[in-house]
Amino acid sequence: MKILIVGGGMGGTILANNLARRLAPELRSGKARITMLTASERHMYQPGLLYLALGRVTPDELYRDQASLLEPGIALHVDPVEQFMLDDNKVRTKGGKTHDYDVMVVATGSRPVRESIPGLAEHSHTFYTEETALAMFKALREFQGGRVVVAVGVPHKCPMAPLEITFMMHDYFKDRGLGDKVQLHYTYPVGRVHSLENVAKWAAPEFDRLGITYETFFNLKEVDGAAKVVRSEEGGETPFDLLVSIPAHRGMEVIEKNNLGAGGWLPTHRTQLNLEGRSNVFVLGDATNIPISKAGSTAHFEAEVLGENIAALVKLGAPVREYDGKVFCFIEAGKDRATYAMFDYLNPPDPQPPTKAVHWFKMAYNKLYWISARGLL
Amino acid sequence: MAERKVVDARGSFCPGPLMELIGWMKLAQVGDEIELLSSDKGSAADVPEWVKKVGHEFLGTREEGGVWHIVVKKAK
Repeated sequence: MKILIVGGGMGGTILANNLARRLAPELRSGKARITMLTASERHMYQPGLLYLALGRVTPDELYRDQASLLEPGIALHVDPVEQFMLDDNKVRTKGGKTHDYDVMVVATGSRPVRESIPGLAEHSHTFYTEETALAMFKALREFQGGRVVVAVGVPHKCPMAPLEITFMMHDYFKDRGLGDKVQLHYTYPVGRVHSLENVAKWAAPEFDRLGITYETFFNLKEVDGAAKVVRSEEGGETPFDLLVSIPAHRGMEVIEKNNLGAGGWLPTHRTQLNLEGRSNVFVLGDATNIPISKAGSTAHFEAEVLGENIAALVKLGAPVREYDGKVFCFIEAGKDRATYAMFDYLNPPDPQPPTKAVHWFKMAYNKLYWISARGLL
Repeated sequence: MAERKVVDARGSFCPGPLMELIGWMKLAQVGDEIELLSSDKGSAADVPEWVKKVGHEFLGTREEGGVWHIVVKKAK
């Protein structure tokens, strides 16, 4: 069986390694073959960008060579897909090669689109790429006081990021002796400070305690750089000296160009993870249209289900598990305290008060990720 | 021609039904309708509230077997 994995991010990499171990005998005998097509020879630990923006990690800590992360037996090609030919079970790459498959998994991820809001790219800082995170780090270092506004696009990757960057900036400025000179103002698209009700119930009193102001039902409409104000679709307007954005995301352009899903989001069965209408094409991670968090843990848990199911297709002829919507998100609550939210399709999270222990576990996970990517954790 | 798209946000605690709706409204054309499916009864209140604030059109809500079907129309 020819298994093709399109995308070498967190989900694609965990899946490839998971499958390679499950199918070790079949790979040796030639009964199965795993091929990965990806756009970069380097693999980035994307959650680390949050820390880069605050100078707590350096860029080199966020990367490993993609080849070094993969189990032997996985054929890696740094040659991204440009054309999907689903009816023929084939893809064509940027380099002009054609790969056929029996089973394909699409894990192409998502991309920030600050440019979708007028003025946002020119007048805000963000941390969703190495380049923008470094620019934000420099801007924060140079900032000597004033009003810092956090603005949030929809949909966005990592739903805890708006809270985390706000709490972390609070402690960052306090440590620099600027606590009295910086006013943090948080805005959020829905009618409470976080989409998760229990997280909102915890975060709003924390904001009050720390003197962080906030307003809800604030969906980005435009940024007026000359007047230094950000306006909302709801008619709101708030001034800023420094604007930090959690930008809206879209799926990758290749998905839209192949007409596989509006916004670049692939229509995906929420428990089987197959592309709608296709029994031999699966989707995981940010690329799906499943209404759950676009987060690394989502990709991780989906990859584990698909690893088990695709291996079962080879060995048993049928899948064996369903994805239950499981997500686990750490929530940094400052420079040295954190909590977490764990939930699935049926069970909401019940976050506990932040502790130093959870923060240090998150710090440890930032290193353990490289074991996780190898499919060992 | 205007279309009606169904957005199935049942079981979505995060980003949640309203955030799902906001994202899909951005992709819709003026005049399109979206039928949001939510298993959170709170959606029956917070979706109309947001729709009114932004100036879209709220077309109605009905509940069937613990699922709220909320229909809105993109007005601008």
